[in-house]
Amino acid sequence: MSPSAGQAPPVDHALEDIEVDLFVRALKLRHGYDFSQYAPASLKRRVLQLVHSQHTGTISGLTHRVLHEPAFLPEVLEGLSVPVSEMFRDPEVFRALREQVFPVLASYPQINIWQAGCAHGQEVYSLAILLEEAGLYERTQIYATDFNEAALRHAQEGIYPAREAQLWSRNYLAAGGSHTLADYYSARYELIKLDQRLRRHVIFANHNLVTDEVFCEAHLVLCRNVLIYFSDPLQDRTLALFRDSLVRGGYLCLGTRESLDFAPSAIDFTPVNSALRIYRLGSRSEGVD
Amino acid sequence: MDAPRAIVIGCSAGGLSALEQLFAQLLPSLPQPIVVCCHTGSSTVDLMCELLARHSTLPVVEATERSTPLGGTIHVAPSGYHLLVEATGRFALSVDERVSFARPSIDVLFDSAAEAYGDALIGVVLTGANRDGAEGLACIRHHGGLAVVQDPGDAEAPTMPQAALELAGADHCLPLAAIGPLLNRLCLP
Ligand SMILES: C[S@@+](CC[C@H](N)C(=O)[O-])C[C@H]1O[C@@H](n2cnc3c(N)ncnc32)[C@H](O)[C@@H]1O
Repeated sequence: MSPSAGQAPPVDHALEDIEVDLFVRALKLRHGYDFSQYAPASLKRRVLQLVHSQHTGTISGLTHRVLHEPAFLPEVLEGLSVPVSEMFRDPEVFRALREQVFPVLASYPQINIWQAGCAHGQEVYSLAILLEEAGLYERTQIYATDFNEAALRHAQEGIYPAREAQLWSRNYLAAGGSHTLADYYSARYELIKLDQRLRRHVIFANHNLVTDEVFCEAHLVLCRNVLIYFSDPLQDRTLALFRDSLVRGGYLCLGTRESLDFAPSAIDFTPVNSALRIYRLGSRSEGVD
Repeated sequence: MDAPRAIVIGCSAGGLSALEQLFAQLLPSLPQPIVVCCHTGSSTVDLMCELLARHSTLPVVEATERSTPLGGTIHVAPSGYHLLVEATGRFALSVDERVSFARPSIDVLFDSAAEAYGDALIGVVLTGANRDGAEGLACIRHHGGLAVVQDPGDAEAPTMPQAALELAGADHCLPLAAIGPLLNRLCLP
């Protein structure tokens, strides 16, 4: 009927797929970062965004730089990683952690929490605040990990745009916070900085879920909206890594829209609050409930 | 174009009532999955699914991660996530940055669906007050899929269909009341 405006450039998508493959191989062979088991559709979007932001013209242009410019790697990782987060995102999850999980954690003399894929640290500070308010923080150690170095540095600084504060304050209250969020940050110009005392029991570390191993014995693993980027086998492998890191009866908390339907390792976990994706290691028959 | 294997629909302001009207007209025997991306301010789409189901001839569910869209079922993109279709035909979610201020973004859904379904896809852009969906619809056409746009004059908010027409053009530009019957004809030959 009405004619096409006909302005779409003639992109050869099959060729692009080949280029993405070669890019992923180059990244792995040259630098040891393996994205071959990431969910392809969103990975391709991010690769194309890098082509755009780095003005390399084609994906092959990006591959060339990955191969020949070692200093280019951090920017590529930053582009492929998605350090997008919020404080107390899905407040009902943090409320459930406070009400359903913390009372059990309180029975341990020392509490280890692993936050995997911590992005810019928003959830790390959220957890620290809730633990502080529950009177548990002094005996807690939080390991906050990510494979994006720049994101980890950002997380350590705890500085965010002030325009976020309004939403985060609302989230904090909805999560059952007992003060106001403003008690935990100072505002200057267009920025807020989280109270650095909140960091006193946090260790920030580089850890790649694809290649690195178990490094702690955790009572709670919080890994929200990271596995959504992984294909089925990698999601399953990562769940096994969490299983091997957790104490018996330890808790796992995933993103609220994540599905374990294709992960055989899910059998090792029992839902505690399935709507909020909170699980416990062990089966019901073993008396974990 | 091959027989369509799926329908993707994008809308924003005014979208809920437009979808209600549209879904009341679809034949219950439609074999294709329908995937909807509608910008909403709320934190879940539970209520939207419930409201749509009241009017719809077909079941309405929230699209779930890693699942395969079901034929004859309307799948709504969850709030706060981009919804994508993988080449395997399965859904994937991402929390990547907003695209044109939106997450879920219509462009993200349409682009990925165009790659997954090729020319066997129908893309529909309805009422909305921003330009999301225009690039995605161009991508669908580029892959040989069919573009249907609500006549901007008929839309509660004309910006979105207008932008789609300008950037992508359309195979059919119709008032809302004619879009349901068209989809029935295209999908049940
Ligand atoms: C979308 S953020 C999730 C932030 C936060 N958990 C939330 O839900 O708000 C995903 C994070 O996972 C990290 N990530 C992705 N792949 C990873 C990997 N293989 N190892 C470690 N971290 C990874 C990214 O760098 C990014 O910071």
